[in-house]
Amino acid sequence: MQTHFIVHDKTDTVGVVVVEDVKPGQELTGWLMETDETIGLKALDAVPLGHKIALKEIHPGDTVLKYGNDVGRAVNDIGRGRHVHVHNMKTKRW
Amino acid sequence: MARPEFMGYRRENGRVGIRNHVVILPLDDLSNAAAEAVANNIKGTLALPHAYGRLQFGEDLELHFRTLIGTGSNPNVAACVVIGIEPGWTGRVVDGIAKTGKPVVGFAIEGNGDINTIASASRKAQEFLQQASEKQRERCRMEELFISTKCGESDTTSGLASCPTVGNLIDKVDVMGATTCFGETSEITGAEAVCASRAATKEAADKFMKAFLAYQEVIDRHKTNDLSESQPTKGNIAGGLTTIEEKAYGNLQKIGKKAKFIDVLLPAEAPSKGAGLYFMDSSSAAAECVTLQAAAGFVVHLFPTGQGNVIGNPIEPVIKLTANPKTARTMGEHIDLDVSGILRREMTLDEAGDRLIDIMIRTCNGRLTCAEALGHREFVLTKLYQSA
Repeated sequence: MQTHFIVHDKTDTVGVVVVEDVKPGQELTGWLMETDETIGLKALDAVPLGHKIALKEIHPGDTVLKYGNDVGRAVNDIGRGRHVHVHNMKTKRW
Repeated sequence: MARPEFMGYRRENGRVGIRNHVVILPLDDLSNAAAEAVANNIKGTLALPHAYGRLQFGEDLELHFRTLIGTGSNPNVAACVVIGIEPGWTGRVVDGIAKTGKPVVGFAIEGNGDINTIASASRKAQEFLQQASEKQRERCRMEELFISTKCGESDTTSGLASCPTVGNLIDKVDVMGATTCFGETSEITGAEAVCASRAATKEAADKFMKAFLAYQEVIDRHKTNDLSESQPTKGNIAGGLTTIEEKAYGNLQKIGKKAKFIDVLLPAEAPSKGAGLYFMDSSSAAAECVTLQAAAGFVVHLFPTGQGNVIGNPIEPVIKLTANPKTARTMGEHIDLDVSGILRREMTLDEAGDRLIDIMIRTCNGRLTCAEALGHREFVLTKLYQSA
């Protein structure tokens, strides 16, 4: 079974797409590395290889979790299955 | 796994190299032309042109000397010809390299001109090259190997698989007694507390935080925005990394899960506390960082990349690995090890770590890296501030 996205830690709110052709509406299979679980998610955006996809609803000001850690803040509403990147997420540093 | 051995070159001071370069080292920018002419005359020698060495002062000048002396002293260098505009600083570099016991000689251009200097230096370079060519490889132990790591043009696949592959290697060779080094001070931003918690002692943790905070001050003093497109780079962003914090956690995967760093090194400072993992306070720019690690005496470099950084170093072979399947496919000539199978769940991290050890040992035995075959010889000195 093809793995479309990978999640580092079970507390993470984003996963990483690891295939080149994710399209809106596509049902995706994910691998949660920490627990070796298989999870499902429907993509709502085209998400390029290496880019993040939201695993849950994320609101402006929410901390985005990856590696089980704080990797920045949301600056827009991000629906589950949406592309997460510089258009809706920013650093808390510098 | 069995403790691997490799065939290296044992130097006069007992340190072990994996290459046998005769280096023509300019002290300063003005001496690049003569150094390159010597390397052109004597085929098989290696000139290391660079941009600096004049009117520097204070800590910046000390770093310049430490980097040049360290480069000439690296065990991958069999012998060294130093050329400078004047004899004073040239002699300081020669004396520093001579402490290793290896053949080294200096030439100054003032009062002689380029042509006479090139003639004299070429005769000495020929002698050194022919001597070095008779040096034989001998069996060496993992305890004698100095390994550095730094990643570049990272993307999210770096944090998922290629950096953890290096981390798996570091955890394995740490208990075998290897000496290893990571750095990239600014690129730990966001993960600094986790990094500090990986120090073996409170002293090492405090030293790390001091270096980290000093680097943050430099960024705060000079920044004009949130460093968008510098840290993360445009390449990082294209690859899906959004923030410096996200990049930092990916970067830190390179030190594995168990190894603890025993000391914090100044840029280009040689380790002095025995075998183990070291953090070097360094730029996160690839060529600067690897140049500093080579100058500290590290002989083989592990470089995970996501989007496809093509860096090499003239004296320290750079082994490149990627987990990005697109990069492995489109830039295959730059990639020594493809670990994208981890993302497809076809390869475990442990298997990837073993494969990296295998390619590292083959490189130590003499296999040319992709960067060596392609002629990547980025030698980039770090400059701390303006010259006087």
